[in-house]
Amino acid sequence: MSILARFKLDYANFSLDVDLDLPGRGVTALFGPSGSGKTTLLRAVAGLEHAPGGTLSINGDVWQDAATFRPTHQRPLGYVFQEASLFPHLDVRANLEFGQKRVPQAQRRVSLDQAVAMLDIGHLLGRKPARLSGGERQRVSIARALATSPRLLLMDEPLAALDFALKQEILPYLERLHDELDIPVLYVSHAPDEVARLADHIVVMEGGRAVASGPLTDTLARLDLPIRLGDDAGVVLDAVVAARDAEWHLAHMKFAGGRLWVRDHGLPVGHRARVRILARDVSLARAPTTGTSILNTLPAVVVDSVDDAHPALTLVKLRVGESPLLARLTRRSAHALELAPGLVVYVQIKAVALIG
Amino acid sequence: MSSADWMALTTTLKLSAVTTIVLLILGTPIAWWLARTKNKVSVVVEAVVALPLVLPPTVLGFYMLVALGPNGPIGGTLESLGLHHLAFTFTGLVLASTLYSLPFMVQPLKDAFAAVGDRMIEVAATLRARPWDRFFSVVVPLSRRGFLTAITLTFAHTVGEFGVVLMVGGNIPGETRVLSIAIYDHAEAMDYASAHLLAGGLLVASFLLLFTVYLLNRRYTVVHP
Repeated sequence: MSILARFKLDYANFSLDVDLDLPGRGVTALFGPSGSGKTTLLRAVAGLEHAPGGTLSINGDVWQDAATFRPTHQRPLGYVFQEASLFPHLDVRANLEFGQKRVPQAQRRVSLDQAVAMLDIGHLLGRKPARLSGGERQRVSIARALATSPRLLLMDEPLAALDFALKQEILPYLERLHDELDIPVLYVSHAPDEVARLADHIVVMEGGRAVASGPLTDTLARLDLPIRLGDDAGVVLDAVVAARDAEWHLAHMKFAGGRLWVRDHGLPVGHRARVRILARDVSLARAPTTGTSILNTLPAVVVDSVDDAHPALTLVKLRVGESPLLARLTRRSAHALELAPGLVVYVQIKAVALIG
Repeated sequence: MSSADWMALTTTLKLSAVTTIVLLILGTPIAWWLARTKNKVSVVVEAVVALPLVLPPTVLGFYMLVALGPNGPIGGTLESLGLHHLAFTFTGLVLASTLYSLPFMVQPLKDAFAAVGDRMIEVAATLRARPWDRFFSVVVPLSRRGFLTAITLTFAHTVGEFGVVLMVGGNIPGETRVLSIAIYDHAEAMDYASAHLLAGGLLVASFLLLFTVYLLNRRYTVVHP
């Protein structure tokens, strides 16, 4: 079960050169700044960009190799564009049916009703796209792609054109897709918070090349990548709600390495969720501190450290139990603490974001 | 209206209808190609298509007459095959009108196709639509204003032609005698009453036709998201 993609494309001022072996399930984020080739890669996978000499197979099904090039309409994929791109001459129902009725009956695994229910758009079916809000349009466009029963879902920054409130409106639906459907997703994004929330696997793109590819937690904790991520450097950990403190409105999250207090978002005990800890929110101490406002202090072992982009800063990789953690410190502090691999320190985490 | 005038009206409508249909079939692929191609030759094709807009109808009519006549490349070939040449025939008139009205079909369609853009066509492809399917289920409906304008202008322009018809078709009742020529004849013969009837009728009909189209186009406005 894997997605194998090898593409080489040369344009006048841009080239794409990737050779990827991605998991055939879950959400893979193609992450990187604009111009890094994320969208071009996605278009090549869809066959919208003709990449001669490329190879592509999706869970054993060859879409492209030296001898074959299946045109886009013969690839069982769903594509969600950045702008919803609904057909303006068709109402919502006809937009949804457009793709579905072109899929042979025997290959239909997602019904129109399922797609409508999953994106919660039943009340919009009779409307023309011009009468929908931006968020509604994008939900319809996701449902339209799902209704073709794709074996691969391609999403090109589906939230980038939406403001913060609309993003919050759509994200739960995307999480639902992730949890309820067994369709692999390639998700293009340059927003770290979306990636942290949705992705299982991440491919970091830069200048048309994939500079890293791996499981989300391990890859985000790599010391050679955070520099590229700047202020967004940090780790994402899988956790579960272990207890809730009604008096202080806090939830105790258990992860492979310890427990963390976070603000209680109403998730029930036993619920799985992710927490995100940014490197800039982690500070280190040689001894456990008292008399501090910081709730989360955990013992950790220093693994390694590298110079950060700014000469005053250094990035330290730590291990808390089995989980990696990153801390961004000044080099002066690191020097004063005499940090070295293997040293036991206490991490003080100023902020933990509960995501999803 | 005399029976000769009725006959001229019928010939005019028949000529315009046939020309419009022929041009719809010929002009659509040309317009599509012009709207989509990145080939530099397209500029030449565009200029050639637009020529009838600036050429005097008599110039076009003259060359068509030569080409379609018994000694011309088209007429001569037909003669050598044992067929009749096309000068002063209805078929010849259709051929000449097709050339003469070409820009009126191609330009509005080209603009409409260009306005549809790549995105909608790509979306249709990701939704399993084959190339022809994409054209008929997405491009055509999104270009309906362009089609309406192109069809109307082509039809109306063919109804109104005079110079080309006079050169290529002559004035054969029931075959090549169209309204504009009938009006010319009436005026020459000082029969102003008959000329007024035909000219006024043409004026009112043309206005009503264009008025209807612009009204429909306004209603058809597609709101893009």
